Amino acid sequence: MNWSWKVVYDVLPQMLEGLVITVQATIIGALVAYALGLILAIMRMSNSRIISLSTYWISEFIRRTPLLVQLYFLFYVLPDLGIFLEPLEAGIIGLGLHFSTYTSEVFRAGIENVPTGQWEAAKSLNYRPYQTMRYVILPQAIPPMIPPLANYLITMFKETPLLSAITVVELFNAANIYSNSHYKYLEPMTLVGLFFLIVSVPSAYIAMWLERKYQRRYARNH
Amino acid sequence: MSRIIEFQNVSKAYGDLQVLKHLDMHVEAGEKLALIGPSGSGKTTILRILMTLETINSGHVMVEGDYLWHQKVNDELVPASEKHLRKMRENIGMVFQQFNLFPHLTAIANIEQPQILIKGVDKSDATNKARELLALVGLEEKENHYPHQLSGGQQQRVAIARALAMDPKIMLFDEVTSALDPELVEEVLNVLRLLAETSDTTMLTVTHEMNFARDFADRVLFFEKGQIVESGPPNEIFKNPKEERTRNFLRQIIGEIP
Ligand SMILES: Nc1ncnc2c1ncn2[C@@H]1O[C@H](COP(=O)(O)OP(=O)(O)O)[C@@H](O)[C@H]1O
Ligand SMILES: [Mg+2]
Repeated sequence: MNWSWKVVYDVLPQMLEGLVITVQATIIGALVAYALGLILAIMRMSNSRIISLSTYWISEFIRRTPLLVQLYFLFYVLPDLGIFLEPLEAGIIGLGLHFSTYTSEVFRAGIENVPTGQWEAAKSLNYRPYQTMRYVILPQAIPPMIPPLANYLITMFKETPLLSAITVVELFNAANIYSNSHYKYLEPMTLVGLFFLIVSVPSAYIAMWLERKYQRRYARNH
Repeated sequence: MSRIIEFQNVSKAYGDLQVLKHLDMHVEAGEKLALIGPSGSGKTTILRILMTLETINSGHVMVEGDYLWHQKVNDELVPASEKHLRKMRENIGMVFQQFNLFPHLTAIANIEQPQILIKGVDKSDATNKARELLALVGLEEKENHYPHQLSGGQQQRVAIARALAMDPKIMLFDEVTSALDPELVEEVLNVLRLLAETSDTTMLTVTHEMNFARDFADRVLFFEKGQIVESGPPNEIFKNPKEERTRNFLRQIIGEIP
Protein backbone atom coordinates (compact mmCIF):
# COMPACT_ATOMS: atom_id res chain seq x y z
CA MET A 1 0.00 0.00 0.00
CA ASN A 2 1.61 3.20 -1.18
CA TRP A 3 0.41 6.71 -0.51
CA SER A 4 -0.25 8.52 -3.79
CA TRP A 5 -0.46 12.30 -3.91
CA LYS A 6 -2.04 12.02 -7.33
CA VAL A 7 -5.07 10.30 -5.83
CA VAL A 8 -5.25 13.05 -3.22
CA TYR A 9 -5.13 15.65 -5.93
CA ASP A 10 -7.83 13.79 -7.92
CA VAL A 11 -10.31 13.27 -5.11
CA LEU A 12 -9.91 16.57 -3.27
CA PRO A 13 -12.26 18.72 -5.40
CA GLN A 14 -15.12 16.23 -5.02
CA MET A 15 -14.46 15.95 -1.32
CA LEU A 16 -14.55 19.72 -0.85
CA GLU A 17 -17.95 19.73 -2.53
CA GLY A 18 -18.94 16.97 -0.15
CA LEU A 19 -17.69 18.99 2.79
CA VAL A 20 -19.98 21.86 1.79
CA ILE A 21 -22.95 19.46 1.84
CA THR A 22 -21.84 18.07 5.22
CA VAL A 23 -21.63 21.54 6.72
CA GLN A 24 -25.00 22.49 5.24
CA ALA A 25 -26.66 19.36 6.59
CA THR A 26 -25.10 19.93 10.01
CA ILE A 27 -26.01 23.59 10.36
CA ILE A 28 -29.52 23.46 8.93
CA GLY A 29 -30.12 20.17 10.74
CA ALA A 30 -29.01 21.77 13.99
CA LEU A 31 -31.31 24.76 13.46
CA VAL A 32 -34.18 22.31 12.96
CA ALA A 33 -33.10 20.40 16.08
CA TYR A 34 -32.99 23.59 18.17
CA ALA A 35 -36.33 24.98 16.97
CA LEU A 36 -38.15 21.65 17.21
CA GLY A 37 -36.42 20.90 20.51
CA LEU A 38 -37.72 24.12 22.06
CA ILE A 39 -41.25 23.29 20.86
CA LEU A 40 -40.99 19.75 22.25
CA ALA A 41 -39.69 21.11 25.57
CA ILE A 42 -42.60 23.53 25.90
CA MET A 43 -45.10 20.78 25.00
CA ARG A 44 -43.46 18.43 27.47
CA MET A 45 -43.88 21.04 30.23
CA SER A 46 -47.51 21.67 29.30
CA ASN A 47 -50.09 21.51 32.07
CA SER A 48 -52.17 19.19 29.92
CA ARG A 49 -51.21 15.62 30.74
CA ILE A 50 -52.24 14.41 27.30
CA ILE A 51 -49.90 16.84 25.53
CA SER A 52 -47.08 16.30 28.00
CA LEU A 53 -47.27 12.50 27.98
CA SER A 54 -47.72 12.08 24.24
CA THR A 55 -44.75 14.40 23.68
CA TYR A 56 -42.76 12.23 26.07
CA TRP A 57 -43.61 9.00 24.26
CA ILE A 58 -43.03 10.42 20.79
CA SER A 59 -39.62 11.74 21.92
CA GLU A 60 -38.72 8.41 23.52
CA PHE A 61 -39.70 6.56 20.35
CA ILE A 62 -37.55 8.80 18.15
CA ARG A 63 -34.62 8.76 20.53
CA ARG A 64 -34.65 4.99 21.09
CA THR A 65 -34.67 4.05 17.39
CA PRO A 66 -31.60 4.35 15.14
CA LEU A 67 -31.17 7.46 13.04
CA LEU A 68 -30.33 5.23 10.07
CA VAL A 69 -33.78 3.59 10.21
CA GLN A 70 -35.43 7.01 10.46
CA LEU A 71 -33.51 8.21 7.40
CA TYR A 72 -34.62 5.14 5.43
CA PHE A 73 -38.18 5.78 6.52
CA LEU A 74 -38.09 9.42 5.40
CA PHE A 75 -36.42 8.70 2.08
CA TYR A 76 -37.70 5.28 1.01
CA VAL A 77 -41.02 4.79 2.85
CA LEU A 78 -42.60 8.25 2.71
CA PRO A 79 -42.78 8.17 -1.13
CA ASP A 80 -45.24 5.27 -0.75
CA LEU A 81 -47.44 7.74 1.14
CA GLY A 82 -47.04 10.28 -1.64
CA ILE A 83 -44.40 12.40 0.10
CA PHE A 84 -41.25 12.82 -1.96
CA LEU A 85 -38.16 14.43 -0.40
CA GLU A 86 -34.82 15.27 -1.97
CA PRO A 87 -32.00 13.23 -0.37
CA LEU A 88 -30.51 16.27 1.38
CA GLU A 89 -33.97 17.41 2.57
CA ALA A 90 -34.70 14.01 4.03
CA GLY A 91 -31.25 13.98 5.63
CA ILE A 92 -31.69 17.39 7.24
CA ILE A 93 -35.18 16.54 8.51
CA GLY A 94 -33.94 13.21 9.84
CA LEU A 95 -30.97 14.71 11.65
CA GLY A 96 -33.03 17.61 12.99
CA LEU A 97 -35.89 15.41 14.16
CA HIS A 98 -33.63 12.85 15.81
CA PHE A 99 -31.52 15.38 17.67
CA SER A 100 -34.50 17.57 18.62
CA THR A 101 -35.36 14.86 21.15
CA TYR A 102 -31.96 15.48 22.77
CA THR A 103 -31.95 19.26 22.55
CA SER A 104 -35.47 19.35 24.04
CA GLU A 105 -34.01 17.82 27.21
CA VAL A 106 -31.39 20.58 27.29
CA PHE A 107 -34.09 23.25 26.94
CA ARG A 108 -36.27 21.60 29.56
CA ALA A 109 -33.46 21.24 32.10
CA GLY A 110 -32.35 24.82 31.45
CA ILE A 111 -35.84 26.19 32.03
CA GLU A 112 -36.52 24.00 35.05
CA ASN A 113 -33.23 25.04 36.65
CA VAL A 114 -34.44 28.62 36.93
CA PRO A 115 -35.61 28.91 40.56
CA THR A 116 -39.39 29.00 41.16
CA GLY A 117 -38.88 32.32 42.98
CA GLN A 118 -38.22 33.89 39.58
CA TRP A 119 -41.59 32.71 38.23
CA GLU A 120 -43.29 33.94 41.38
CA ALA A 121 -41.59 37.35 41.28
CA ALA A 122 -42.68 37.76 37.66
CA LYS A 123 -46.24 36.77 38.55
CA SER A 124 -46.32 39.14 41.51
CA LEU A 125 -45.32 41.95 39.14
CA ASN A 126 -48.18 40.84 36.88
CA TYR A 127 -46.05 39.66 33.93
CA ARG A 128 -47.99 37.73 31.30
CA PRO A 129 -46.83 34.15 30.71
CA TYR A 130 -45.00 35.03 27.50
CA GLN A 131 -43.36 38.07 29.12
CA THR A 132 -42.21 35.86 31.98
CA MET A 133 -40.61 33.47 29.47
CA ARG A 134 -39.14 36.17 27.26
CA TYR A 135 -37.84 38.64 29.84
CA VAL A 136 -37.25 36.58 32.98
CA ILE A 137 -36.82 32.85 32.39
CA LEU A 138 -35.08 32.49 29.01
CA PRO A 139 -32.39 35.13 29.66
CA GLN A 140 -31.36 33.07 32.68
CA ALA A 141 -31.94 29.65 31.13
CA ILE A 142 -30.14 30.12 27.81
CA PRO A 143 -26.49 30.77 28.87
CA PRO A 144 -26.07 27.39 30.60
CA MET A 145 -27.75 25.71 27.59
CA ILE A 146 -25.14 26.95 25.12
CA PRO A 147 -22.36 24.42 25.88
CA PRO A 148 -24.57 21.29 25.62
CA LEU A 149 -26.24 22.66 22.48
CA ALA A 150 -22.79 23.24 20.96
CA ASN A 151 -21.85 19.66 21.85
CA TYR A 152 -24.90 18.31 20.02
CA LEU A 153 -23.84 20.35 16.99
CA ILE A 154 -20.50 18.50 17.00
CA THR A 155 -22.23 15.14 17.46
CA MET A 156 -24.54 15.87 14.53
CA PHE A 157 -21.54 16.76 12.40
CA LYS A 158 -20.01 13.36 13.13
CA GLU A 159 -23.26 11.56 12.30
CA THR A 160 -23.58 13.08 8.81
CA PRO A 161 -21.91 10.10 7.03
CA LEU A 162 -25.16 8.23 7.73
CA LEU A 163 -26.76 10.43 5.10
CA SER A 164 -24.76 8.51 2.48
CA ALA A 165 -27.26 5.69 3.04
CA ILE A 166 -29.93 7.82 1.41
CA THR A 167 -27.65 8.88 -1.47
CA VAL A 168 -26.59 12.28 -0.11
CA VAL A 169 -23.13 13.01 -1.50
CA GLU A 170 -21.62 14.47 1.62
CA LEU A 171 -17.94 14.32 2.57
CA PHE A 172 -17.78 10.58 3.27
CA ASN A 173 -19.92 9.59 0.32
CA ALA A 174 -17.90 11.77 -2.05
CA ALA A 175 -14.77 9.89 -0.98
CA ASN A 176 -16.56 6.56 -1.05
CA ILE A 177 -17.82 7.03 -4.59
CA TYR A 178 -14.30 7.80 -5.74
CA SER A 179 -12.91 4.82 -3.83
CA ASN A 180 -15.41 2.37 -5.26
CA SER A 181 -14.79 3.41 -8.83
CA HIS A 182 -10.99 3.65 -8.58
CA TYR A 183 -10.33 0.90 -6.02
CA LYS A 184 -8.32 3.41 -3.99
CA TYR A 185 -9.32 3.52 -0.35
CA LEU A 186 -6.27 4.65 1.58
CA GLU A 187 -6.08 8.29 0.53
CA PRO A 188 -9.81 9.16 0.33
CA MET A 189 -10.64 7.57 3.69
CA THR A 190 -7.60 9.11 5.37
CA LEU A 191 -8.71 12.47 4.05
CA VAL A 192 -12.24 11.91 5.39
CA GLY A 193 -10.81 11.24 8.82
CA LEU A 194 -8.55 14.28 8.59
CA PHE A 195 -11.38 16.59 7.55
CA PHE A 196 -13.51 15.44 10.46
CA LEU A 197 -10.61 15.92 12.85
CA ILE A 198 -9.80 19.37 11.53
CA VAL A 199 -13.36 20.51 12.22
CA SER A 200 -14.12 18.44 15.34
CA VAL A 201 -11.07 19.13 17.45
CA PRO A 202 -11.22 22.94 17.39
CA SER A 203 -15.02 22.84 17.87
CA ALA A 204 -14.59 20.59 20.89
CA TYR A 205 -12.19 23.11 22.38
CA ILE A 206 -14.61 25.94 21.63
CA ALA A 207 -17.38 23.97 23.34
CA MET A 208 -15.18 23.43 26.40
CA TRP A 209 -14.33 27.11 26.48
CA LEU A 210 -18.04 27.98 26.28
CA GLU A 211 -18.70 25.58 29.11
CA ARG A 212 -16.17 27.28 31.38
CA LYS A 213 -17.37 30.73 30.42
CA TYR A 214 -21.05 30.08 31.03
CA GLN A 215 -20.61 27.90 34.08
CA ARG A 216 -18.76 30.73 35.76
CA ARG A 217 -21.44 33.21 34.87
CA TYR A 218 -24.15 30.86 36.03
CA ALA A 219 -22.42 30.14 39.33
CA ARG A 220 -22.06 33.84 40.04
CA ASN A 221 -25.76 34.41 39.72
CA HIS A 222 -26.79 31.73 42.15
CA MET B 1 -62.04 53.59 56.92
CA SER B 2 -62.98 50.93 54.44
CA ARG B 3 -62.18 47.28 54.30
CA ILE B 4 -59.55 46.61 51.67
CA ILE B 5 -59.03 42.91 52.43
CA GLU B 6 -61.45 40.39 53.82
CA PHE B 7 -61.02 36.65 54.29
CA GLN B 8 -64.43 35.02 54.73
CA ASN B 9 -64.39 31.49 56.08
CA VAL B 10 -61.30 30.62 54.05
CA SER B 11 -59.86 27.11 54.17
CA LYS B 12 -56.71 25.91 52.51
CA ALA B 13 -55.05 22.50 52.55
CA TYR B 14 -51.93 21.08 50.96
CA GLY B 15 -53.00 17.50 50.39
CA ASP B 16 -53.98 16.17 53.82
CA LEU B 17 -52.43 19.09 55.67
CA GLN B 18 -55.11 21.62 56.63
CA VAL B 19 -53.21 24.93 56.76
CA LEU B 20 -56.02 27.49 57.09
CA LYS B 21 -59.21 26.50 58.91
CA HIS B 22 -62.30 28.64 58.33
CA LEU B 23 -60.23 31.78 58.62
CA ASP B 24 -62.00 35.13 58.99
CA MET B 25 -59.77 38.16 58.81
CA HIS B 26 -60.07 41.72 57.62
CA VAL B 27 -57.74 44.62 56.96
CA GLU B 28 -58.71 48.30 56.74
CA ALA B 29 -57.33 50.47 53.94
CA GLY B 30 -54.02 52.00 54.97
CA GLU B 31 -53.57 49.69 57.92
CA LYS B 32 -50.11 48.36 58.80
CA LEU B 33 -50.43 44.79 59.97
CA ALA B 34 -47.86 42.47 61.51
CA LEU B 35 -48.54 38.73 61.30
CA ILE B 36 -46.69 36.80 63.97
CA GLY B 37 -46.81 33.20 65.14
CA PRO B 38 -44.89 29.95 65.16
CA SER B 39 -43.48 28.67 61.90
CA GLY B 40 -45.92 26.50 59.98
CA SER B 41 -48.96 28.42 61.28
CA GLY B 42 -49.99 29.55 57.78
CA LYS B 43 -48.74 33.16 57.68
CA THR B 44 -46.90 32.81 54.39
CA THR B 45 -49.88 30.98 52.94
CA ILE B 46 -52.11 33.99 53.67
CA LEU B 47 -49.76 36.33 51.79
CA ARG B 48 -49.36 33.87 48.91
CA ILE B 49 -53.13 33.54 48.57
CA LEU B 50 -53.41 37.33 48.35
CA MET B 51 -50.64 37.44 45.73
CA THR B 52 -52.55 34.73 43.77
CA LEU B 53 -49.58 32.38 44.05
CA GLU B 54 -51.73 29.88 45.94
CA THR B 55 -55.42 28.99 45.45
CA ILE B 56 -58.00 28.48 48.19
CA ASN B 57 -60.17 25.42 48.77
CA SER B 58 -63.25 27.16 50.16
CA GLY B 59 -64.52 30.49 51.37
CA HIS B 60 -64.02 33.89 49.78
CA VAL B 61 -61.25 36.45 49.69
CA MET B 62 -62.32 40.03 48.98
CA VAL B 63 -59.89 42.71 47.84
CA GLU B 64 -61.21 46.24 47.39
CA GLY B 65 -64.75 44.90 47.56
CA ASP B 66 -64.21 42.48 44.68
CA TYR B 67 -63.81 38.72 44.83
CA LEU B 68 -60.14 37.74 44.40
CA TRP B 69 -60.48 34.07 43.56
CA HIS B 70 -63.98 34.26 42.06
CA GLN B 71 -65.88 36.42 39.66
CA LYS B 72 -69.53 36.99 38.91
CA VAL B 73 -70.76 35.68 35.58
CA ASN B 74 -74.54 36.11 35.06
CA ASP B 75 -75.03 36.58 38.81
CA GLU B 76 -73.24 33.32 39.52
CA LEU B 77 -69.92 33.04 41.32
CA VAL B 78 -67.40 31.10 39.26
CA PRO B 79 -63.65 30.57 39.70
CA ALA B 80 -61.68 33.62 38.59
CA SER B 81 -60.34 33.72 35.05
CA GLU B 82 -56.71 34.63 34.39
CA LYS B 83 -57.96 38.01 33.13
CA HIS B 84 -59.74 38.71 36.41
CA LEU B 85 -56.69 37.65 38.40
CA ARG B 86 -54.50 39.98 36.35
CA LYS B 87 -56.80 42.88 37.13
CA MET B 88 -56.80 42.02 40.84
CA ARG B 89 -53.01 41.64 40.90
CA GLU B 90 -52.61 45.29 39.86
CA ASN B 91 -53.53 46.20 43.43
CA ILE B 92 -50.99 43.99 45.14
CA GLY B 93 -47.21 43.78 45.43
CA MET B 94 -45.05 41.33 47.31
CA VAL B 95 -41.50 41.19 48.69
CA PHE B 96 -40.08 37.72 49.25
CA GLN B 97 -37.78 36.19 51.81
CA GLN B 98 -35.30 35.27 49.04
CA PHE B 99 -35.48 38.70 47.29
CA ASN B 100 -36.07 37.10 43.86
CA LEU B 101 -34.47 39.95 41.95
CA PHE B 102 -33.87 39.19 38.27
CA PRO B 103 -30.16 38.27 38.27
CA HIS B 104 -29.56 39.17 34.62
CA LEU B 105 -30.70 42.78 35.13
CA THR B 106 -29.01 45.65 36.98
CA ALA B 107 -30.65 47.11 40.07
CA ILE B 108 -32.20 49.95 38.09
CA ALA B 109 -33.33 47.68 35.23
CA ASN B 110 -35.05 45.43 37.78
CA ILE B 111 -37.18 48.42 38.75
CA GLU B 112 -37.66 49.84 35.25
CA GLN B 113 -38.62 46.68 33.39
CA PRO B 114 -41.93 45.91 35.12
CA GLN B 115 -43.03 49.54 34.84
CA ILE B 116 -42.33 49.52 31.09
CA LEU B 117 -43.74 46.06 30.35
CA ILE B 118 -46.74 46.02 32.63
CA LYS B 119 -47.75 49.63 33.20
CA GLY B 120 -46.70 50.87 29.76
CA VAL B 121 -44.61 53.66 31.27
CA ASP B 122 -42.05 55.45 29.02
CA LYS B 123 -38.47 54.39 29.50
CA SER B 124 -37.40 57.85 30.74
CA ASP B 125 -40.28 58.06 33.24
CA ALA B 126 -39.50 54.55 34.42
CA THR B 127 -35.86 55.54 34.94
CA ASN B 128 -36.81 58.65 36.90
CA LYS B 129 -39.14 56.71 39.13
CA ALA B 130 -36.56 53.95 39.63
CA ARG B 131 -33.96 56.55 40.67
CA GLU B 132 -36.39 58.15 43.14
CA LEU B 133 -37.12 54.79 44.68
CA LEU B 134 -33.46 53.77 44.82
CA ALA B 135 -32.81 57.02 46.68
CA LEU B 136 -35.68 56.24 49.03
CA VAL B 137 -34.12 52.89 49.94
CA GLY B 138 -30.63 54.49 50.13
CA LEU B 139 -29.10 52.86 47.04
CA GLU B 140 -28.79 55.66 44.52
CA GLU B 141 -25.10 54.86 43.87
CA LYS B 142 -25.81 51.20 43.19
CA GLU B 143 -28.13 51.56 40.20
CA ASN B 144 -25.77 49.87 37.75
CA HIS B 145 -24.86 46.98 40.01
CA TYR B 146 -26.12 43.49 39.29
CA PRO B 147 -27.81 41.64 42.15
CA HIS B 148 -24.78 39.38 42.69
CA GLN B 149 -22.68 42.50 43.27
CA LEU B 150 -24.97 43.63 46.11
CA SER B 151 -25.22 42.42 49.70
CA GLY B 152 -28.39 40.61 50.77
CA GLY B 153 -29.66 43.70 52.53
CA GLN B 154 -29.08 45.81 49.43
CA GLN B 155 -30.77 43.24 47.21
CA GLN B 156 -33.78 43.21 49.47
CA ARG B 157 -33.99 47.01 49.38
CA VAL B 158 -33.93 46.90 45.57
CA ALA B 159 -36.71 44.30 45.70
CA ILE B 160 -38.76 46.64 47.90
CA ALA B 161 -38.19 49.48 45.42
CA ARG B 162 -39.21 47.21 42.55
CA ALA B 163 -42.50 46.32 44.23
CA LEU B 164 -43.19 49.98 45.13
CA ALA B 165 -42.62 51.07 41.53
CA MET B 166 -45.85 49.32 40.55
CA ASP B 167 -47.86 51.58 42.93
CA PRO B 168 -49.73 48.75 44.62
CA LYS B 169 -52.47 49.59 47.12
CA ILE B 170 -51.45 46.58 49.18
CA MET B 171 -47.87 45.52 49.94
CA LEU B 172 -47.02 42.08 51.31
CA PHE B 173 -43.71 41.44 53.08
CA ASP B 174 -42.90 37.81 53.87
CA GLU B 175 -40.11 37.57 56.45
CA VAL B 176 -38.03 39.90 54.34
CA THR B 177 -35.07 39.80 56.74
CA SER B 178 -34.99 36.07 57.50
CA ALA B 179 -32.44 35.26 54.80
CA LEU B 180 -30.09 38.09 55.85
CA ASP B 181 -26.95 38.14 57.96
CA PRO B 182 -27.83 39.69 61.33
CA GLU B 183 -25.85 42.87 60.69
CA LEU B 184 -27.91 43.59 57.54
CA VAL B 185 -31.33 43.21 59.13
CA GLU B 186 -31.74 46.75 60.46
CA GLU B 187 -31.04 48.53 57.17
CA VAL B 188 -34.01 46.70 55.65
CA LEU B 189 -36.29 47.10 58.65
CA ASN B 190 -35.54 50.84 58.68
CA VAL B 191 -36.83 51.11 55.12
CA LEU B 192 -40.04 49.38 56.20
CA ARG B 193 -40.36 51.67 59.25
CA LEU B 194 -39.98 54.66 56.94
CA LEU B 195 -42.65 53.31 54.59
CA ALA B 196 -45.03 52.64 57.45
CA GLU B 197 -44.72 56.26 58.57
CA THR B 198 -44.83 57.98 55.21
CA SER B 199 -47.09 55.96 52.96
CA ASP B 200 -50.80 55.24 53.10
CA THR B 201 -50.38 51.90 51.32
CA THR B 202 -51.91 48.97 53.18
CA MET B 203 -49.10 46.73 54.41
CA LEU B 204 -49.04 43.17 55.72
CA THR B 205 -45.77 41.96 57.20
CA VAL B 206 -44.90 38.50 58.39
CA THR B 207 -42.02 38.86 60.82
CA HIS B 208 -40.16 37.32 63.71
CA GLU B 209 -38.64 40.69 64.70
CA MET B 210 -40.85 41.71 67.59
CA ASN B 211 -39.23 45.11 68.20
CA PHE B 212 -39.80 45.95 64.58
CA ALA B 213 -43.41 44.73 64.70
CA ARG B 214 -44.02 47.08 67.63
CA ASP B 215 -42.76 50.10 65.63
CA PHE B 216 -44.28 49.13 62.34
CA ALA B 217 -47.75 47.84 63.05
CA ASP B 218 -51.07 49.45 63.84
CA ARG B 219 -52.32 45.99 64.64
CA VAL B 220 -50.69 42.65 65.37
CA LEU B 221 -52.27 39.29 64.52
CA PHE B 222 -51.06 36.24 66.37
CA PHE B 223 -51.55 33.03 64.40
CA GLU B 224 -51.42 29.45 65.46
CA LYS B 225 -52.38 26.40 63.40
CA GLY B 226 -54.04 28.44 60.70
CA GLN B 227 -56.26 30.45 63.01
CA ILE B 228 -56.08 33.88 64.58
CA VAL B 229 -55.56 33.42 68.29
CA GLU B 230 -55.40 37.07 69.21
CA SER B 231 -55.38 40.44 67.49
CA GLY B 232 -54.84 43.97 68.73
CA PRO B 233 -52.56 47.01 68.80
CA PRO B 234 -48.90 46.21 69.50
CA ASN B 235 -49.10 47.67 73.00
CA GLU B 236 -51.81 45.23 73.99
CA ILE B 237 -50.36 42.17 72.32
CA PHE B 238 -46.79 42.67 73.52
CA LYS B 239 -47.45 44.16 76.97
CA ASN B 240 -50.63 42.51 77.99
CA PRO B 241 -51.59 39.51 75.87
CA LYS B 242 -54.94 37.98 76.82
CA GLU B 243 -54.33 34.48 75.55
CA GLU B 244 -52.03 32.00 77.22
CA ARG B 245 -50.85 30.76 73.81
CA THR B 246 -49.77 34.28 72.79
CA ARG B 247 -47.92 34.67 76.06
CA ASN B 248 -46.10 31.35 75.56
CA PHE B 249 -45.06 32.28 72.06
CA LEU B 250 -43.75 35.71 73.09
CA ARG B 251 -41.92 34.23 76.04
CA GLN B 252 -40.12 31.86 73.67
CA ILE B 253 -39.27 34.40 71.07
CA ILE B 254 -38.28 37.46 73.13
CA GLY B 255 -37.36 35.72 76.33
CA GLU B 256 -39.10 38.24 78.60
CA ILE B 257 -42.26 37.23 80.39
CA PRO B 258 -45.06 39.61 79.61
N1 LIG C 1 -46.47 24.01 48.64
C1 LIG C 1 -46.65 23.34 49.79
N2 LIG C 1 -46.90 22.02 49.77
C2 LIG C 1 -47.12 21.34 50.91
N3 LIG C 1 -47.10 21.88 52.13
C3 LIG C 1 -46.86 23.19 52.22
C4 LIG C 1 -46.63 24.00 51.05
N4 LIG C 1 -46.42 25.27 51.45
C5 LIG C 1 -46.53 25.27 52.80
N5 LIG C 1 -46.79 24.02 53.27
C6 LIG C 1 -47.01 23.67 54.67
O1 LIG C 1 -48.08 24.42 55.16
C7 LIG C 1 -47.87 24.83 56.50
C8 LIG C 1 -48.00 26.33 56.63
O2 LIG C 1 -46.98 26.92 55.89
P1 LIG C 1 -46.70 28.48 55.87
O3 LIG C 1 -47.89 29.20 55.41
O4 LIG C 1 -45.47 28.64 55.08
O5 LIG C 1 -46.43 28.81 57.41
P2 LIG C 1 -45.63 30.00 58.08
O6 LIG C 1 -45.34 31.02 57.05
O7 LIG C 1 -46.53 30.48 59.16
O8 LIG C 1 -44.37 29.39 58.63
C9 LIG C 1 -46.49 24.32 56.89
O9 LIG C 1 -46.66 23.13 57.62
C10 LIG C 1 -45.83 24.04 55.55
O10 LIG C 1 -44.92 22.97 55.66
MG1 LIG D 1 -43.43 31.66 56.34
